[in-house]
Amino acid sequence: MAQMKYFYELTISSSPHVHSKVTTQIIMRDVLIALTPALLGAIYFFGFRALMVTLVSIASCVFFEWLWCRITKHHCKVYDLSAVVTGTLLAFVCPVTIPYWAIILGDAFAIILVKMLFGGLGRNVVNPALAGRAFMFSWPVLMSTWVKVGWENAAGLFSAADAVTAATPLANMHQGMMPEESIMDLFWGNVGGCLGETSAALLLIGFVYLLVRKVISPRIPLIYLGTVAVLAFLFPQGNDRISWMLAQLFSGGLMLGAIFMATDYVTSPVTKLGQIIYAVGCGVLTILIRCFGGYNEGVSYAILVMNACVVLLDRIGRPVKFGAPKKEAAKQ
Amino acid sequence: MAFSFFGGVHPEENKWYACEKETQAFPAPDIVVIPMSQHIGAPCKPLVKKGDLVTVGQKIGDNQGLCVPVHASVSGKVKSVEMKAHTSGTTVMSVVIENDHQDTLCPDIQPRTQEQVDALSAQELMEIIREGGIVGMGGATFPTHVKLSGGIGKVDTVIINAGECEPFITADDRLCREEPAKLISGLKLIMKILGLKEGHIAIEDNKPAAAKALRAQLAASDGISVDVLPAKYPQGAEKQLIYAITGREVPSGGLPAAVGCAVFNAATCKAIHDVVYDGMPLIRRIVTVSGDILMEPKNLLVPIGTSFNDLIDACGHSEYPYKVLSGGPMMGAAQYDLSVPTIKGVNAITVLGRRNEYAVDEPQCLRCGKCIDVCPMKLMPVLMYKALQSNDVEEMKANNVMDCIECGCCAYTCPASVPLVLGFRVAKQRIRSEAAKAKI
Repeated sequence: MAQMKYFYELTISSSPHVHSKVTTQIIMRDVLIALTPALLGAIYFFGFRALMVTLVSIASCVFFEWLWCRITKHHCKVYDLSAVVTGTLLAFVCPVTIPYWAIILGDAFAIILVKMLFGGLGRNVVNPALAGRAFMFSWPVLMSTWVKVGWENAAGLFSAADAVTAATPLANMHQGMMPEESIMDLFWGNVGGCLGETSAALLLIGFVYLLVRKVISPRIPLIYLGTVAVLAFLFPQGNDRISWMLAQLFSGGLMLGAIFMATDYVTSPVTKLGQIIYAVGCGVLTILIRCFGGYNEGVSYAILVMNACVVLLDRIGRPVKFGAPKKEAAKQ
Repeated sequence: MAFSFFGGVHPEENKWYACEKETQAFPAPDIVVIPMSQHIGAPCKPLVKKGDLVTVGQKIGDNQGLCVPVHASVSGKVKSVEMKAHTSGTTVMSVVIENDHQDTLCPDIQPRTQEQVDALSAQELMEIIREGGIVGMGGATFPTHVKLSGGIGKVDTVIINAGECEPFITADDRLCREEPAKLISGLKLIMKILGLKEGHIAIEDNKPAAAKALRAQLAASDGISVDVLPAKYPQGAEKQLIYAITGREVPSGGLPAAVGCAVFNAATCKAIHDVVYDGMPLIRRIVTVSGDILMEPKNLLVPIGTSFNDLIDACGHSEYPYKVLSGGPMMGAAQYDLSVPTIKGVNAITVLGRRNEYAVDEPQCLRCGKCIDVCPMKLMPVLMYKALQSNDVEEMKANNVMDCIECGCCAYTCPASVPLVLGFRVAKQRIRSEAAKAKI
């Protein structure tokens, strides 16, 4: 018997045999944690319908991904939580008055057409939540009905008809005017707008969390915000450059876009140089669309356009490998 | 001195399992299996046959060309000369010796006095090193005399690699603490052969006791510095180590000699001392037997040819082993047959439990870019893997797959657990076979 002792079924595999504890699921979980302050803010500003819209959106995203895997007989990986992130982000870029059927359609578009048809997580070309939002603009009125902040104005859980509507700061700024709201209101999120985008402060808390957990590098968000700030400072509308710059930074979907959408791993460049060009491009397009476009908000389209350039940007940004012949040497 | 390199990761060091365990001599087992191939290059031809009597240190295999001889690690009778399992995963012609436990020393083994050693020329020293069967003992097993003769006149910096960046392994740490004088004496011999006045010993900052022991043996006149580098994997990788110490980048596809550097493993240094001063060829080495499920991890001075079975047995394990590795967990080779012998390049045997399992069904790349951030060769693993998936050999070459050092940083850090290193090994094979086809 003694010789039998070591006939173990040993596992053979290629090295490395140990692995860091960070998995896709943990990254997605961290993104969800980072989005939580903004969600709580949305409930505070817009009432419980905000939570309801988010939950419906999450549930339908998860359902559509499961359904797709079921139909195509693929291994279903909804447990990686990426569908939950998509659902949350799509809800965040809709007005709180959005009818449930519209967001479910948007989720179906985002998950099935944008994500799964391209091969699932990691293969989609554009950000599913933003593409879903662009699709939902097939109903422009639903997507641009904004309600006043505060529970007394809140839309009902089942019917949004009695909500008190208002203009968003961006609408004023699109006309070249400073918004009616104060900069502090814009910063804290006490303004009309999409469900999760209004409070720059709460989104920045999420940003800090993502940085601490090393989920994202600060490169894309800071360069994106920086580009917008510089352009707004250089070409202000009105007299006060600083106020105009801050208003541009804190209004609309810029914070949400720069922190959570532009940094989406799948649809942003992987190289350092590529990321820099990408973030500058996002910033320039955002300002161009906000100032000269037909529509008030430029963040989502700016990011979608830059998503399409990622392959090219990664080609430009390829790092010089270790031990590559130096340029001088190559010339000689 | 740059003292660091691009990228890298910090896996759990797990050195505490064995780093305070003094090296114990492992009693020679009843049977040793000595493979004829324990180095890079042509395998040895057996010089003994079944029934022959051999003595400790007797040469039992040698060949022409890029080759170093192998020696018997015990005295006794040759039981057979046959194909046996080898840590590389294949079978190799091996001499099986039945130990008579007499430890009869081979009469050729004669110690040399300091005067005799001083009188030796570089050429004579290299011949002694070759005859001693000395190879790179960090795992690469490149014949040391070839590296030395290729370096004469080209090399201006010699670096002893005591970095030992792999988790669990403490063999070189123990060697530096226990035999610093012999290690330094080996380095001085290397410096003599290469005609150098200066030498570096590179060590990571997580081994302060080893650095202290080495420094205590050094005099200012030796021209040897102990360079303490910040602990980071893969600090011990040759190209990264050279960059950290000298700031020079070994050109792609080139050897360290191209930038005037030569790197030797700490254990190799000690082996050079042993063969030159004691006449003792490389027949024993320190092996760290460690892992998260071992009852008592140990550092053992093991006769070459001792089976993994015997060594793991000596440490005991608390649960069913999941993987047994020849080497550390980042670059070690998983073994399926524990009758494989310990050879010159085995610095550790790592026994891992099932909790280390991390395989994922259908891993999906997230394009997070973490692999690019950690690649010490500044490659783009994400694109290299994509090229492999689309089976595009030109794209694989364009993405510099051949520059990959298989350190495992990318696969270690990948959140989706994509088997990147495995993929690159396949890709390299594809490129090589494509090149072979083109020649025909």
